[in-house]
Amino acid sequence: MEPVSARTAAVTESDRRFYRHRLPVRVMHWINVVCLAVLLMSGLGIFNAHPALYWGRDSTFAHPWLAIWSKNTPHGPVGVTRIAGKDFETTGVLGLSQSNGQPNPHAFPTWATIPGWYSLALARHWHFFFAWIFVINGACYLLWTIFSRHLVRDLVPTREELMNIGRSFVDHLKFRHPTGDAAKRYNVLQSLTYLIVIFGLLPLVVLAGLAMSPRVDSVYTGWVELLGGRQSARTLHFLAAFGLLAFVLVHVFEVIVSGVWNEMRSMITGWYVVPREHPPAVPSPLPPADASLAKEMQP
Amino acid sequence: MKRPPTILMRARDRERRRLLRGAVAAAGAAALSGCDRLSNNPSFIETLKGAQRLSHSAAKVVAPRAAMAQEFGPQDIAPVFRSNGTLDPRDADYRQLRAAGFADYRLAVGGLVEKPGEWSLEELRAMPSRTQITRHDCVEGWSCIGKWKGVPLAHVLERVKPLPAAKFVLFRCFDSMGDPSPTAPDSRYYETIDLDDATHAQTILAYELNDRPLPVSNGAPLRCRVERQLGYKQAKYVRAIELVTSFDQMRGGKGGYWEDEGYEWYGGI
Repeated sequence: MEPVSARTAAVTESDRRFYRHRLPVRVMHWINVVCLAVLLMSGLGIFNAHPALYWGRDSTFAHPWLAIWSKNTPHGPVGVTRIAGKDFETTGVLGLSQSNGQPNPHAFPTWATIPGWYSLALARHWHFFFAWIFVINGACYLLWTIFSRHLVRDLVPTREELMNIGRSFVDHLKFRHPTGDAAKRYNVLQSLTYLIVIFGLLPLVVLAGLAMSPRVDSVYTGWVELLGGRQSARTLHFLAAFGLLAFVLVHVFEVIVSGVWNEMRSMITGWYVVPREHPPAVPSPLPPADASLAKEMQP
Repeated sequence: MKRPPTILMRARDRERRRLLRGAVAAAGAAALSGCDRLSNNPSFIETLKGAQRLSHSAAKVVAPRAAMAQEFGPQDIAPVFRSNGTLDPRDADYRQLRAAGFADYRLAVGGLVEKPGEWSLEELRAMPSRTQITRHDCVEGWSCIGKWKGVPLAHVLERVKPLPAAKFVLFRCFDSMGDPSPTAPDSRYYETIDLDDATHAQTILAYELNDRPLPVSNGAPLRCRVERQLGYKQAKYVRAIELVTSFDQMRGGKGGYWEDEGYEWYGGI
């Protein structure tokens, strides 16, 4: 065997254990998981009360840019989703779905909403209770992340990392994950994404949510105009929520492809096993038929 | 170190993945049915509803009574002001007043006050008025901009002089939400707001919408405008106003028709 493999083999798993996530980050992370799930699903329940979005100060009922509803056709009822004036039939998921064998003529299906039936009052109770926890948790995170220097030390990428953003991009596309010391730091695409979420999407979703409160609107008369008006704020709240959903889906996908047990352990106990260094490019010892599998098996 | 995968490893990997998928699906299903069970648990829902007290207290700090709702220009007025809830009350007493063009309508203001009063529409119109172009926000999520004219509620309250024990303003309305027959259980709309909102400069008893007498679908002859709260707090078809200490004994005890149906009493969010 070549010397490199012999050297890496000598490093045992316990030697590669690395304390990656401190307790406050782990606690706040899981509080956030619960909050975001409840907020998204109760939010979809609230949306079902008036399943249309507008841009501007008030609702131009005839011209929503997004609307989801059900309508009767000669072939029976169908679910329709209208985006920017174009209609799509979305029966089964949007506009018309099944719930316990019964047709459910609401925009989002019952499996996506809290509660799992149509109730604007209950959905609002869930939403506002968890919104408070979410905001308090977020404020604690911001303070902690600044004062513990987590922000400048771990989240803000270095100049060198930024210079190598292209390579990080290619690595992501090839599902190549950092190994060795590089795995102890967030990679550059990861830290930039976190920064966009923390300082972009999350403040936007909160601000646009607050802008929908007529009382909060009066804090400084007219501030809602900065978001384009109350109905624009409702649109931005919805879009930011789906932006967060997209982030979560990619985040979970990356966790799965980069080693789900290791990643989960590190966010629960804090301890992460640093993946071994990539061996230098040597001809694969595998027959070509197994090449794809070999890639998957790479630590 | 790269090792060729063995059949055993592949099987173990598949097994792991199957387990993981199963665990995620089971956790998801359990969480969903758990949420639904919690939604059916009255004490849990009471806990969730507790958040409105926090929201209300926070709102009082950041947006005190002097904070004004945004007002708009004539060009912002919606071509049709959307109406919601009751559109045409079926109650006999209302029908009778309506047939006579509300000439016999009297707004009675009483309860915990020094000088109870009763005013016709004409007398209300003769009082000082306020005109405002404001945005109406429905709990469902839509908004509509309209121009309202009416007498400030604060002025009416000055006339009747509330007693120190008065904490809330109760609006009794004409429209039955259920069966309107006199023998059926009382289901007439009602609402309560606190004195903080009642004495806000933009809280008016409106008799005009967009420069015309208030249409029936929008609450004729008189509706309340509480501009910093959602639509359901803004009683239409106002029949009488009462000052009260609490609303625990009124109907469902939650302070309003929709509140009794589960909505928050604080409708500023």
